[in-house]
Amino acid sequence: MNVRIRELRDFFVSLKLTVALLALSIVLVFWATLDQVHLGVWAVQQKFFHAFFVWTKAGGLLLPVFPGGYLIGGLLLVNLVSAHVYRFHLGWRKSGIWITHAGLILLLVGELVSGLVQKDFQMQLEENETRNYSESLRLNELAIVDTTDPKTDRVVAIPESLLARGVVVQNPALPFRVVPKGYYANSMVGLKSQLPSAPPSPATQGMGAMVAAVPMEVSYQEDARNNPTAFVELVGPDGSLGTWIVSTLLGNPQPFTYAGRTFKIVLRPTRAYHPFSLTLEKFSHDIYPGTDIPKNFSSKVRINTPEGGEGRDVLIYMNNPLRYSGLTFYQSGFQGEHTTILQVVHNPSWLVPYIACAAISLGLCIQFLIHLVGFVGKRSRP
Amino acid sequence: MTRRTPLYVVLIAAVCVFSGLFPGQDPTPREVTEFGRLPVLEEGRVKPFDSVARSTLLVIQGRQRVYAPDGAELTPDQWLLDVLFAPEKADSYRTFVIDNTDVLELIGKNDENLAIHYEGAAKQAMASLGFLPSRQRRMSFSEIAPYLSKIEAQEKLAEPVEAQARTQFQSAVVQLYGSLSRYVRLRRAIEPEGSNDFLGDLLKLQETLPDGIEAVRAKEAGKPHDEAKAAALIDLGQRFMAMDEGTNLLAVPPDDAEADPNAWHNVGHALLLGLGREEVNPVALAYAGMGFAWRRHQPEQFSHILSLYQASLDKRFPAQVRKARVESLFNQVEPFYGCMLVYLAAFFLAAVSWLKWPEPARLSAWGLVALAWVIATAGIATRMWLEGRPPVTNLYSSALFIGWGSVALCLVLEAVYKNAIGSAAAGMIGFATLLIAHHLALAGDTLEMMRAVLDSNFWLGTHVVVVTTGYASTFLAGMLAILYVLRGAFTRTLDRATADALAGMVYGIVCFATLFSFVGTVLGGIWADQSWGRFWGWDPKENGALIIVIWNALILHARWGGMIRQRGLMCLAIFGNVVTSWSWFGTNMLGIGLHSYGFTQAAFWWLTAFIASQLALIGVCLMPPGKWRSFRA
Repeated sequence: MNVRIRELRDFFVSLKLTVALLALSIVLVFWATLDQVHLGVWAVQQKFFHAFFVWTKAGGLLLPVFPGGYLIGGLLLVNLVSAHVYRFHLGWRKSGIWITHAGLILLLVGELVSGLVQKDFQMQLEENETRNYSESLRLNELAIVDTTDPKTDRVVAIPESLLARGVVVQNPALPFRVVPKGYYANSMVGLKSQLPSAPPSPATQGMGAMVAAVPMEVSYQEDARNNPTAFVELVGPDGSLGTWIVSTLLGNPQPFTYAGRTFKIVLRPTRAYHPFSLTLEKFSHDIYPGTDIPKNFSSKVRINTPEGGEGRDVLIYMNNPLRYSGLTFYQSGFQGEHTTILQVVHNPSWLVPYIACAAISLGLCIQFLIHLVGFVGKRSRP
Repeated sequence: MTRRTPLYVVLIAAVCVFSGLFPGQDPTPREVTEFGRLPVLEEGRVKPFDSVARSTLLVIQGRQRVYAPDGAELTPDQWLLDVLFAPEKADSYRTFVIDNTDVLELIGKNDENLAIHYEGAAKQAMASLGFLPSRQRRMSFSEIAPYLSKIEAQEKLAEPVEAQARTQFQSAVVQLYGSLSRYVRLRRAIEPEGSNDFLGDLLKLQETLPDGIEAVRAKEAGKPHDEAKAAALIDLGQRFMAMDEGTNLLAVPPDDAEADPNAWHNVGHALLLGLGREEVNPVALAYAGMGFAWRRHQPEQFSHILSLYQASLDKRFPAQVRKARVESLFNQVEPFYGCMLVYLAAFFLAAVSWLKWPEPARLSAWGLVALAWVIATAGIATRMWLEGRPPVTNLYSSALFIGWGSVALCLVLEAVYKNAIGSAAAGMIGFATLLIAHHLALAGDTLEMMRAVLDSNFWLGTHVVVVTTGYASTFLAGMLAILYVLRGAFTRTLDRATADALAGMVYGIVCFATLFSFVGTVLGGIWADQSWGRFWGWDPKENGALIIVIWNALILHARWGGMIRQRGLMCLAIFGNVVTSWSWFGTNMLGIGLHSYGFTQAAFWWLTAFIASQLALIGVCLMPPGKWRSFRA
């Protein structure tokens, strides 16, 4: 075999590489934990773990200063797989190591997959309110709703990312093009008279005459939400309809008519519609007597399906989520006395870590038992 | 030295620890102790008055003993009785600890008027050497009272600042304000502010209540009425209302009509409820009667009223009364304090066994460790029974459990190796963890209620226990490595066989630690998946546990790959202490994340000091073998 290739193979199968990678991962996790104080947990995940390198600004240059989660995890995978292919032999004495490492591979791959496919939403319900959609925690969309037919609304939703990049959207359901004219990732919105320092607004229609927006610094804190504002011009075949200001801070949709049809335009948290709806029947929340420590909170909800076949009541409370139709609903918080906040998670790979961890635990037990039996045997011999 | 010496050693230690159980030499009057055992509801759970007294004293002055101005020592129960019934006396006891010089200045104190002047040359010499305090740390409420408005103003300024961002002065003033309001709320718990004869007031009320209520009703309806009677009743009602708002000690049990056993009331509230029913709450009357007898130093009357109240409680709340009694007995015995001293003695005996009397000293040490461990087991079991929860529910109980788990492993190690190393490590860890627990108890009630997120006995029982066992075993590996370094580098007692045995122990414990910290971390992930919908969220505490797992895995792989030998293994195992202590306390100090339940500022200094000491030991461990006393040719 070529010397170079053998060297390369020896590098990838070596335990030294394993130890080095483990040490690097410790530094990475430690650094990421400290950085959470400034960045918040979501931004830290993007910067340290869902990345090949950790980038830092040094004198205006963006430099990769440390291997990121993908790189370390990927190399560990290569190291593990190649070591097993070259070095290990099947046999019961190594069975624990085999099972442990197989579980570890499953865990690493599973975390990668769930990081890519998991979606988080929130559903906020007042008592007796019914909803058939959840809202994204982080993403927003520009919704243009055709309300001409009183029975059904037709919705065209344009992701915020397209507005940010200034992409012109033409959709067969709309008799006009949507042309982004400006975008602030985070902003403050108020009456023009209250915001004299606001940059000039191109908005001419709807609320545009009255309100102005000031761009703000984007926040990465976990509990803080960014409030984007965009200016969109709608252009029909005969020319412009005018420019609207849309913002998640503006609340109610702005209505307008065009070509004999009525529309509403709004920038709102991205919605995921479900083929069923939930009704909050009762929200309860107790505290311990003589304190303000929360004791429990729970939501009694009814699941309604269009066929009417389901219609059952469920109680969602701490550590007792509702798993239904590929989604999981968790009791996440509350607002006031009568409004519940449910966390809605879509994660098709949620079972993977369970299987992986069972395998690793089993493998470790087997391996250490083999060690222990050997140790006891050695000591009992004279 | 005879064969029986170890047995005698253990017996003497056991007698010392359990002496608190026998009331024989206890000078506290019986009725005081009995009062301390009465159940009340505070901070969400039913507990004895005794626990209220002790945890309040720990928070406001950092110790349980109280000294009257004449130098007499009071038990926590006696202090509480004075606070409740003779506040003007309690105000003169020095029970507020203040160390911050700026806060001291705020209340008009300086080095001059704080200095303690001892009489006699011996005491003066002791004071100058630091064996006796040279200045006052504790102030009485009367001393502070003139400055209350100043303190309140400063607290209002400091309070909005986030806990981590506060300056030392701000933290100190917020803490002092907290202590003062805690004290004032306790002082108003049973008798209203400024009342000279509460019993007399209540007895009079009992007589005039029907007439008074009639007068008030007539007044409200605009009919002719006796103005004096109505005014007297309204005035009393307002005082009850002030009492109701001024305290959070719920000292009156629910009456027969109430089905909920947790519907306790404070005295003011119970009296207000009574007005509607045209009766004076009998429990409030009983308390007022005890207060009257206490002020007049009439122990017989006090005991009589107390026993009547006890009899009615026994009938209606037997379970709560029993728990309160057991808890106050538990407080009185202070089992963990006794354990701490026994562990310390065990460590010294184990060390002695390496120098002299190998067999008797080793067996004595082992016996002492076993004794302390049994007592700790009983203590933890009692706490579990009181709380109805698995062993680990907060930082305090995690310290107890880490010590307990490590010592259990040490007992096994000692049974296998019989070289006193297990006992020495047990002594060190047992002592250290109990010392840490003692300081964590200064934050208040250690049997506090669980927040809704954590309220799951199943996960507390599995995830928390297993991951804490992982912490415990990682610490144990580190402690064994420290013994290796100390004995090897500074004494001649580490022979080849012992060194190999220690290396074997460390390796075995690291294997054990890997298994438990991994399984524990995973169970935590499953809990998170069940309650928040994500298996892993990169929360600081999760990351801390992950780092421990990776570190243990790193040690094992480095050893299997032949990258480290004996001393290398010891270095890595000592660094495991750093990793574990950061995960245990450091992550909480960041003040972020879902697990940041125990931010403690003083702990930061200790953590830094501990980490520095571990790095120094690693430095010693890295010395070439020629410099180790045991390895020199």
